[in-house]
Formats: sequence, structure tokens, C-alpha cells
Amino acid sequence: MEAVEYKSKQKMKPEQQMNGAQAVVHSLLAEGVDLIFGYPGGAIMPVYDALYDYEKELNHILVRHEQGATHAAQGYARASGKVGVCIATSGPGATNLITGIADAQIDSTPMVCITGQVASSLLGTDAFQETDVIGISMPVTKWNYQVTRASEIPGALAKAFYIARTGKPGPVLVDITKDAQFEMLEFSYKPFKGMRSYVTCPTLNLSKVQQAAEIINSAKRPLVLFGQGVILSGAESQFQNFIEKAGLPSAWTIMGLSALDSDHYLNVGMLGMHGNYAPNKLTNECDVLIAVGMRFDDRVTGDLSRYAKQAKVIHLEIDPAEVDKNVKADVAVLGDAKEALVALGQLVERKEHQEWLQEFRELEFEEYSEVIKEELNPSQEQLTMGEVIRSVNDHTEGKAIVVTDVGQHQMVSCRYAKFKQSRSLITSGGLGTMGFCLPAAIGAKFAKPNREVVAVIGDGGFQMTIQELGTIFQTKIPVKIVVLNNEFLGMVRQWQELFFDKRYASTTMVNPDFQKIVEGYDIKSKKVTEREQLNGAVEEMLDFEGAYFLEVKVGKENNVFPMIPTGASVSEIRLK
Amino acid sequence: MKKKYTISVFTEDMVGLLNRVTIVFTRRKINIESIAASDSEVKDIHRYTIVVTETEETVKKVTLQLEKQVEVIKAVYHLDDEVIYQEIALFKVPTSILLQGGEAEHIVRSHHARVLSVETQFTVIEKTGHKDETQKLFNELEPFGILEFVRSGRVAITKPMRTLTSIVNELENA
Repeated sequence: MEAVEYKSKQKMKPEQQMNGAQAVVHSLLAEGVDLIFGYPGGAIMPVYDALYDYEKELNHILVRHEQGATHAAQGYARASGKVGVCIATSGPGATNLITGIADAQIDSTPMVCITGQVASSLLGTDAFQETDVIGISMPVTKWNYQVTRASEIPGALAKAFYIARTGKPGPVLVDITKDAQFEMLEFSYKPFKGMRSYVTCPTLNLSKVQQAAEIINSAKRPLVLFGQGVILSGAESQFQNFIEKAGLPSAWTIMGLSALDSDHYLNVGMLGMHGNYAPNKLTNECDVLIAVGMRFDDRVTGDLSRYAKQAKVIHLEIDPAEVDKNVKADVAVLGDAKEALVALGQLVERKEHQEWLQEFRELEFEEYSEVIKEELNPSQEQLTMGEVIRSVNDHTEGKAIVVTDVGQHQMVSCRYAKFKQSRSLITSGGLGTMGFCLPAAIGAKFAKPNREVVAVIGDGGFQMTIQELGTIFQTKIPVKIVVLNNEFLGMVRQWQELFFDKRYASTTMVNPDFQKIVEGYDIKSKKVTEREQLNGAVEEMLDFEGAYFLEVKVGKENNVFPMIPTGASVSEIRLK
Repeated sequence: MKKKYTISVFTEDMVGLLNRVTIVFTRRKINIESIAASDSEVKDIHRYTIVVTETEETVKKVTLQLEKQVEVIKAVYHLDDEVIYQEIALFKVPTSILLQGGEAEHIVRSHHARVLSVETQFTVIEKTGHKDETQKLFNELEPFGILEFVRSGRVAITKPMRTLTSIVNELENA
């Protein structure tokens, strides 16, 4: 992700008098931004006034809640690889951004948030809509800064974009007092070139690469775990070359999903709590574990004290703080994933681990017989989430961007959706933010208008950010919404069933008529309650030119399996 | 095993950075026993000296998390025998106790403490040293009546010879 040369369509002299608010707009244009998500309010009004003159160059999408702006910016960033931008006013506008910022922080999503702030003379006086957003956002931002002088604006925003997109990407927040937005300055924009205290990417240590290659070359049962690092460094093809050359079975975290073709012969599936049987089981039977751009989240590792203890661990990672954080690495290769994979790819020997791969196939078959077959082609009367995803796969041929919310449908989508190209699965991985999906899907569709974007949401999460239907209505953005309705907060209910004696405390959802709601937003809809309606409805949804809402009534008390119970080891993964 | 560690954090000069540094500790519920902020020998580089009692593994992870902060240049940790450290304590006592038979005066002298200021009503005594030393003086003066007491955070100089200048040069030429 490179800084774009400043090519504003406005005829501007290199140095021009303008106010701070106009400087915000020109800084965004200088960074190549053409789309932002936001919500106006008192303290950010000067910036909105400046935006009014640049509607063509800088498209502002009015969301219905600031949280929606952050998730839309995240969806935009995840689908495009560019920095997502959102904008909000002070006080409640700013605090409403926090969930999305925390989500972007834990999922390393590049995002720049701009908030208005009360005038600098009022700071600390409990002025109307004053909140200490710098203090509040500090633990969940990669960087943040308060601007109180107009002259700081170009520099602060240049630095913000640089920090958001470089190294391990993340969210930054720039808070701009209202007087700074009004104050005049001589505008000139210089892209930020870096700073000594911020090493964006450690220099690759070739002796570490050599050590890693030697371990891989002598491995008999190697297993690769890949995460979003592959996607963030744009290393998909280098990754594929590396695993193909060394014949390495490769499993993914949900953040790494779609970096490798779902049907690739070395793709052995999903890691973690509701991942596939084979890669979880065999994590504890491999002799070498090669982690690429992933951070050994607890949902991936299960009980750490019984995690891959038999294996030598190689960790390719950009962030030094991630090395040895959860799993001790025998060899840590610090640096950019693409660079590391190219270097490693040259040193590994061409191999095929057929017998070892066969062990995955056998466990895959076991999982298919016990779980997958019934999920995708159910004998039960009620519809399953899996067959809905299968139907979407069949009709999109794995070419759609799938955006999910959080819960059972998320796990099912990750397990069963098929992908042929990278950046096609957008989900809230680390934070598990319900309500993420609908706005994120809007952002993804704005980023990739020519791709089909299918939002898969549970009935719970849908109602957390349901107001963004208004954004769809106003912008006519043609996202396809699939609500898998089991009238439960399904994942919590599943846990209650398995671990809390079926005491279904506050997980029953008494839902409104969703079709009536979307009708109000003029969104075409269909509700599927019977199996024979499903394929036709999915086809109709995908063929329809505008936004579409498809509600599918699925089995109320279906569970997602396999499952690694909390505190269990990956090898204790249960098929039922 | 938990031990006392001195963490030195070298940073750019930036408003709010102290908050960002302490958040790294508070998020993990690590108690900061003392903290001191000052300039360093290099222009525009600040240093925080932070004392915690933790396992080395935790301290190591914390320093990596500190270095991850955009404006933190370097964070290092040391055990007590790897640093030369001091704290400063100031005692405000009634001037009258120093005039009564010389016992309090003897205590002050035997601790090699300095008298900073003598007023009619009170005298300010300064003692630098390790915490146990300043505490010992406190304990001995306490029966005479201490009007006010304050002790600074630890400041520490590291024994290893790698200089901040060389670290900064490396980073700037990277």
C-alpha cells in the first residue's frame, strides 16, 4: 500500500490559503481517498461544509450510526487493501466509533478515523458533546493525535495514513478541534516518510530463513498455518509457490481464509474451535509447524500447554511482539511475509508428503461422514445453515465476497463457503463484533462494485446494526443480505446446551417480521421456510440487480460441529 | 519467579505518550511501583524509568508491547544488579526537633542527609539512596514528627555499555 501522489482535480497552487476543514479534505484527496463513511454533527460541521464542494472527488456515505461507519470503512479496507476512512463528530459520535476501532485494531485493518472536537479553548470544561476521545481510544488505536492548530492538519493526516497502512496495519484516530477547522493555514501536503521510533517492517534475517528452510527440508510431517499476514502483504502467490514446492499441507485461520483457493490440493482446511477435524487433530502430530502471518489466537490453539508440543515451530511474523507471545518459536523469521516467503521458497527442497497428506484425507473423510454430509445435504426436515451456504457457493461459483457477522452462521460460512480469490471473506475475527456484517458488506460493495457481495448474518447480529438498511436505501448499494434465522442467539445457545445444562438464559429471540422492515426500505425480499424454495430464492437474489434480502428459517437448535471445548486441546476436537 | 525489574523506555517527545505507555501495564494488571520521566542524553528523546515486580517472561513481553507503540524508540529491562539506581526523598520536619538536644540532628548526619532549607517553623531534609535507605531515615525521624514526606520514582543508569546514541543511529540509518 503506497502513498498516492497528490493529484487533486482542483487547480491548486502548491501553497494555498484555506481553512483547516478544507485542509482535511485536501489531505484526504492527497492520500488518494475517494470514499469516506461518516455522520455529521456540531463539532465536525466545518469539515462537512468543506466536503460539500467536493462531492464528486470525495464521495461521502452517510451511515445511520457511527459504528456503521467504522465497520463500513473496515469492509472497504478489507476488500480493497486500501485505508478505510470514517468521520464523526465529537462526544457520542466519537464514542460510537470505539467498537469498530477496537475491531480494526485486533484484526489489523488499516483505518483512519477523523473526529471533530470542541474548540480548544473549551477542552476540559465538560462542554457540550465534549469527550476525551484521545484517552478513550488510546488502548484500541495504533496511534492517535489531537489537532488544535490548523497548521498541524496536513502533517497529522499524512502521518495517520502512513501509520495506518504500513507495518502491521491498524486504526488511527485524529481528533480535530473546531477552532482548528476554522483557522486559516497555508496548505501544502508532504507524504509522511517514516520516523526512527517506528520500524514498519523488520529486516529479513537470512540466517533465520536458512535455519527455517533446513528444518522444513528435514521435516516428515510438516504443517503450515496461515493467517491474514499472507493477505496483508499481498503474498498469496508467493505463499502458494512455497507450499507447492515443499509439498506442505496448509490450514488457515479465519482471518487467512481466501488467501489460498478453497479447492487447492494442499488446502487442508480451517483451524480452531469450529475448524476442520484434520488440521486440528494433526497439529498435535506434525513434526514441524510453520506459522505464516498468524498470531496463535486462543480460538486457534485451544489449551496452549497441550498445543503442538511435539513440533518444531517456525514463525513468519512482521510484529516482534507476536513472537513467543503465545507459542514459543524455535525459529522466528521476522519481516514481511512476501519477502520471507520468496526467500524461503528458494531454499526449500521440492517435496511431496503424500503419506502425510493422506492422513489429512482420512480424517477429512471421517469429518465428512460424521458432520459435513448431513450439514450440506441434510436428512432432517429443518433447513441447515450449511446448505444455505452450499447453495450460495453453487450459484456464485466461489467468486463472491462473503461478509459474515458473528456466531454460528459465521463459523458455518467460514467452514463451507468456497473461495477462488483473496480478500473474499470479511469477518470480525479477533473481537467477534456482532453487528459487523451489514455495514461491512456495504463498505465491501463500495470497494468492489463489480463483485457480488453476500452478507450472511444471524437474526441477532442483524438487529444490532439493522439501521444500516437506511444506508442501503439511500445509496442503492446492491448488497445481498442473507439472514439465517434460528430465533436464537445460536452460538450462546449452543454453549448453554453443551456446558450450562440447557439453561437458555436470554438467548431466545422473539423477532419482528423482517420482511416488513426491509419493505419499508424498499428492499426486495423473500423468506424461505422449505428446502425446495432455497435454490430458487438464492438464484433470484443473485440475479436481482439491486439490494436483496433473503431470510432463511433454519433449524432452531442446530449446533456447529466439530468443536474444541474451551480448555481442551486441539487434538480433543469433538465431531459431535 | 517474580523479581524486581527496572524498565527503561526511550521515546519521542509526544503529548499523551505517558498514557499510552502506562496502558500497556494496566491492561495486563501489572502494578507500576514507581515511574520517573525525564530527558535523556540525546536531544528530544525522553526516557521513562518504570519499576515492576514480575516474571522475566512477562517483563519481556511488556517491553515488546512498549516498543510496538509508534513513538517508543526502545524499551529495555534490567534486574537491580544490572543498573545503578537512586531515589530521592524529601522530609519536612519541625525546625524545633533539630534544636532539642541534637538527637535528630545526629540521625540526619549519620544518614549523610542534606539540609536543603531552614525556616523558622520547618526544615527540609534531602536524602538520596535506595528505598531501604530513605525508608530507614523515615523510620528514625518519624518519632520526632514528620510534617511532610515525598519520595521520587527510581531513576536508573544501566551498566551495559550500548549507548542510546548508537541505538538511535541504527534506527535512523535503517
